[in-house]
Amino acid sequence: MAEPILELKDVHTYYGNIHALKGISCTVDKGSVACLIGANGAGKTTTLLTVFASPAARKGTITFNGEEIQKLPTAKIAARGVAQSPEGRQIFPKMTVLENMEMGAFLRTDKAAIHQDMDYVFELFPVLKERRHQLGGTLSGGEQQMLAIGRALMCRPQLLLLDEPSLGLAPKLVETIFETIGRINKEGTTIFLVEQNAHMALSVSDYGYVMETGRIVLADEASKLLTNEEVRKAYLGED
Amino acid sequence: MVQRELKKLVVYILILAVLVIPMLGLAGRGFQAKRAFLTLSVFAAILVLSFIVKMIRGDEPKIREKGLIEQVTDRIASWPKVYTLGVLGAFALLFPAWANNYMIDVAITCLIYVALGLGLNIVVGLCGLLDLGYIAFYAVGAYTYSLLNLKLGLPFWAALPIGVVLGMCCGCIIGYPTLKMRGDYLAIVTMGFGEIIRLVLNNWNSLTAGPNGLFGMKKAALYYPSFGGEGGFSWGVWYIKSLPALYYFILILALVVIIGVRRLDNSRVGRAWIAIREDETAAELSGVNTTIYKLLAYSLGAAFASVAGAFFAAKLSYTNPNFFIFMESCIVLCIVVLGGVGSIPGIIIAAFVLIAVPEVFRELQNYRMLAFGAIMTIMMVFKPEGLIPASRRRRELHEGEMAPQEETD
Repeated sequence: MAEPILELKDVHTYYGNIHALKGISCTVDKGSVACLIGANGAGKTTTLLTVFASPAARKGTITFNGEEIQKLPTAKIAARGVAQSPEGRQIFPKMTVLENMEMGAFLRTDKAAIHQDMDYVFELFPVLKERRHQLGGTLSGGEQQMLAIGRALMCRPQLLLLDEPSLGLAPKLVETIFETIGRINKEGTTIFLVEQNAHMALSVSDYGYVMETGRIVLADEASKLLTNEEVRKAYLGED
Repeated sequence: MVQRELKKLVVYILILAVLVIPMLGLAGRGFQAKRAFLTLSVFAAILVLSFIVKMIRGDEPKIREKGLIEQVTDRIASWPKVYTLGVLGAFALLFPAWANNYMIDVAITCLIYVALGLGLNIVVGLCGLLDLGYIAFYAVGAYTYSLLNLKLGLPFWAALPIGVVLGMCCGCIIGYPTLKMRGDYLAIVTMGFGEIIRLVLNNWNSLTAGPNGLFGMKKAALYYPSFGGEGGFSWGVWYIKSLPALYYFILILALVVIIGVRRLDNSRVGRAWIAIREDETAAELSGVNTTIYKLLAYSLGAAFASVAGAFFAAKLSYTNPNFFIFMESCIVLCIVVLGGVGSIPGIIIAAFVLIAVPEVFRELQNYRMLAFGAIMTIMMVFKPEGLIPASRRRRELHEGEMAPQEETD
């Protein structure tokens, strides 16, 4: 049995008075890929943001590597080795690609290793290397997504949270992105993925959670979810 | 083409007439038709001449021609830095040698505004927080020095650090409650804060002497060892009183501010500020502690204003709440925007343009603000990125012309 790197226990999150997460419990095992699927407004993005305490959970515990982190400020959580590529490719539009990636390594001081990681990201996404002096805002949608993932990788995370990496991308590009996600995982980074594209997400994942209106309604191995009758009907668009 | 150019010419002359006739014609002594129309005809003649030149040159290749300001600023920007700095430095050093007192006085005011503009640039330009009450920190610096000097007899150099610390505290006081605010809301709150400070100064009669203001502060002084006299060794005191001395003093202060802001701009802190401006959530997810960095921006901006304020009070030996009205905050913000948000040379030039130009039009009395408004409007229409855009914004606007800086890595 693999040990969990991230564990959420009965997490409740509110936006003002709106009860967005109503008791989420889930685990991500070290070295695995886990995914969270569900419809719009189910609370997937909120779950990822809650891990980063932005907004912070009002109730429940979040443990990362055995330590509770739900009370820490966002920047401290990032410093522990969690990175997030936020939804809708929130890159810094008026910084160059290079500067964006340097921002990802904001908390690190080991210059040589940063350089090495930059080369690694450029190898994963060669197009970023070509465009490294271009402003982030001038990249195409897919390139911005790559940049968001690359920037998250630059802090050399143990756990990478990806929010909808396939959002608004052409099917071919989605495939490329998911291949890369698989590769990043094989090279040692644990990944927690939030996706609308349930089929894609489940096929790269080891374990999957299905969310509905702020609750987790189904949790199983990804391969089993792929064949699950209900999931197929609700999220994979099959009868 | 001739027709189109001719139409343009007529429109230009009309705009010019609308601007020039009231600006130059209306003076205290009534309508000065002769002066207004004389100036207008000179300007119009220049336009007609340029029209004729254009006609003679005929249809040159139709590349978009760069405007005059753009040409000049581009030329300056492409000069080797050493020459530019050398010429500017020599000019700044020799300026009091040939300028009259009035000009030196205006130059001092300009340099104060350079310091203010650069301080506000940290808050608005780098961190992206719109601050409409910035002049309040200037007031804090001025009043701190005045009160400490008048009530406790502290000299300038002892009062300065206290003023800076107080200014930074005020920066945090306005910064903390507005951490979650953005854009318009932040602008309103900061504007209110600026007015609160002014009203407190205006109404706290027992301490600040209200609208009468405080006067009689000592000038800043330099101390030198003196070995003559009866008691053997003592410290000699030389007050910085004459205009050229004050000029050099503020020049040094402005240089310190310029160097300080430059170093901040290129530092990790500067990068974090830009990240916050660009996307606060993403900055936070990258590990930037947005609370601390925002407060740092406010307090550092306030510190620069505070230094400028202390100098201002020491120079005049007088201060009163009406120096710190909302209009002043606006002017400083205009300097930042006109110069090019985030651009240090731009802000320096803009400070001189915005402070010196109304002085040039001084004889028009109230109408000089009209010139101010006209310049601002024209600038924002034709060069929205500022006089000398920061390299970041330049890159944004001239994408294709940017050569990659490092080919091998």
